[in-house]
Amino acid sequence: MKSILRQLSTPVIAAVLAMLVGGIVAAAIGYNPLQVYGSLLSGAFGNAYNLGNTLAIATPLILIGLGIAVAFRAGLFNIGAEGQYWVAVMCAAWTGYHFTTLPGWLHIILCLLVAMVAGGLWAGIIPGLAKTYRGAHEVITTMMMSYIGILLCKYMIEEGPMRKPGSMPESEAVAQNTWLPVLSPSSPQLTIGLFIAIAAVIVVWFILFHTTIGFQLRTVGLNPRAARYAGIRVTWYTILALGLSGMLAGLAGGVQLLAMDHRLAEGFNTGYGYTGIVVSLLARNNPFGVIVSAIFFAALSTGGQNMQQVTNIPASLTDVLTGLIIFFVAAERLLPQVIQWYRRRTSRVRTSTAGEGPKSA
Amino acid sequence: MSILTNPQLWASTLAMAVPLALPAIGGTFSERTGVVNIAMEGIMLMGAFFGVSFAYWTHSAWLGAIGGMLMGGLLSAVFAWAAIRLAADQVVLGMAINIFAAGLTTFLLDTVFGYGGTPPDTPQLPTWSIPGLSHIPFVGAFFTNQSVLVYIMLILVGLSHWFLFHTRLGLRMRAVGENPLAADTAGLNVWRLRYTGVIIGGLLSALGGVYLSLGILNSFDVNMTNGRGYIALAAMIFGKWTPLGSFGASLLFGFATALGIALQGNGISANLLGMLPYVLTILALAGLVGRSKPPAADGIPYTPQR
Repeated sequence: MKSILRQLSTPVIAAVLAMLVGGIVAAAIGYNPLQVYGSLLSGAFGNAYNLGNTLAIATPLILIGLGIAVAFRAGLFNIGAEGQYWVAVMCAAWTGYHFTTLPGWLHIILCLLVAMVAGGLWAGIIPGLAKTYRGAHEVITTMMMSYIGILLCKYMIEEGPMRKPGSMPESEAVAQNTWLPVLSPSSPQLTIGLFIAIAAVIVVWFILFHTTIGFQLRTVGLNPRAARYAGIRVTWYTILALGLSGMLAGLAGGVQLLAMDHRLAEGFNTGYGYTGIVVSLLARNNPFGVIVSAIFFAALSTGGQNMQQVTNIPASLTDVLTGLIIFFVAAERLLPQVIQWYRRRTSRVRTSTAGEGPKSA
Repeated sequence: MSILTNPQLWASTLAMAVPLALPAIGGTFSERTGVVNIAMEGIMLMGAFFGVSFAYWTHSAWLGAIGGMLMGGLLSAVFAWAAIRLAADQVVLGMAINIFAAGLTTFLLDTVFGYGGTPPDTPQLPTWSIPGLSHIPFVGAFFTNQSVLVYIMLILVGLSHWFLFHTRLGLRMRAVGENPLAADTAGLNVWRLRYTGVIIGGLLSALGGVYLSLGILNSFDVNMTNGRGYIALAAMIFGKWTPLGSFGASLLFGFATALGIALQGNGISANLLGMLPYVLTILALAGLVGRSKPPAADGIPYTPQR
């Protein structure tokens, strides 16, 4: 219990500190911080529509954040989820408007599988192999593959074979029987995709903490050298972890495609792949923490839009908050250090006013 | 082939290399002292935004450039403090700085200048032609109508190399990045040397951002660095953590970008050509350089022995 509290304390303190700084900034430029945060909260959770919207945005964030957390557990930093997500959408969209004779449920499963394979290969093959055999750092290779993937998608719909006839650069829509069912008419954005994401969390948690593969993967992350001495094939786990990570980003793309967008289009770039990094950092790579953290950042996003409309403060303030939160998560020693400095100072003041007592050794 | 012999292509290669070489050398300074720095993207954005802001407020592009550099330096000082004093995870911290800077510059752009963007009457840094050199056939294009920052960058490349590898302070900074314990035992102040490395790196990265906003243009746009800070990171690794190597790698990326632009008129897809720098980066990392080795203590916080 104590360890859970300890795990929780850093992210919570980080979020609170960041909100405090954000409030001070808002007050400094002449806004009422309570009103700002009030509009943010009501925009995120105020009614069924907003709540559904927040959860709908949280869905891809859960999946991407989960994938990045898996890579982190193996000691790898996958920052290319954005591209893995796009490439998966591209392949799933193609699958979605072909094979239209399939029954709906089978077509959905096929699309999601294609998305997972595409994302997994995009992350696992080139960055994975380059890392294991050539020592190329995955931060750079996944990022480069991400840019390449996004450009490939743009090529496909702007001038490539996936462009639909007409003036808009977009692909055909996927068959209507693949659209994921909506949960409640009062929040039209929210589909059963949310349950797919939660199921993925449970599966990943089980694999990571209750199977040999998961144990070995975490061992590689904690100490690759010790893992190698223990006979674990580190190269294989590097490729596996990156592949799994990409698969989850791909699944996010597939779910998003079938739930909301239904086609590959220019406006698809939402930055979920980048927010996913932040989601897993705040969750400290804990699969269940990812759910909470994804909802938090989804709320910042939907709430931020409302905040901009109500109070006129730019929604980019939420990005500043995000940066601050991650800063405080990374600098987790900040608070203990400050307390230590404060104690040392007050004790010094006490001894000097008392005018006695030996100096500390 | 006529494209390759067009001096304009090579001149624009040099111009495209500037916003990569400056942050790549900046990163080199930081990592040589043992602090992993992926925050160049964010620091460049700070430099770019505040460069334009100070240029507008002071009506001087030069004061703007200095202001932009100082603000980038300030952010890198915060980064340094958390990385060195608080022993924070440097990669996560770099990520935080990048998100923070992207958010802050967008936020300030909207609140300070409004949704219309930065004012059009912001002064721009001058372009120079070097009188003797610009008349030499072919090579002359390098020295004709280039932003003054192109020349400053060339000087900084040489200066940085000399500083890191031929001065006592440079040697000390490298020692701290290789073996901080030994350096500490020898009486060097590890923390102070690391601060120096990170902050010099921040000033250089910010200058790279200033080049984008005041060197090429006279305006700031949301996220105008467009991932250059990350490509600079690749250039630094490709250049094996040396200023000359970073510059060489930046030229290669600059060439890939310039070639992409030059080929656009020939009916080849701009999207596919745009992949060139990224493909080149992966090939470079996987094949040409092989395992490039970072400084031994790169990314490991150090607690001074007392």
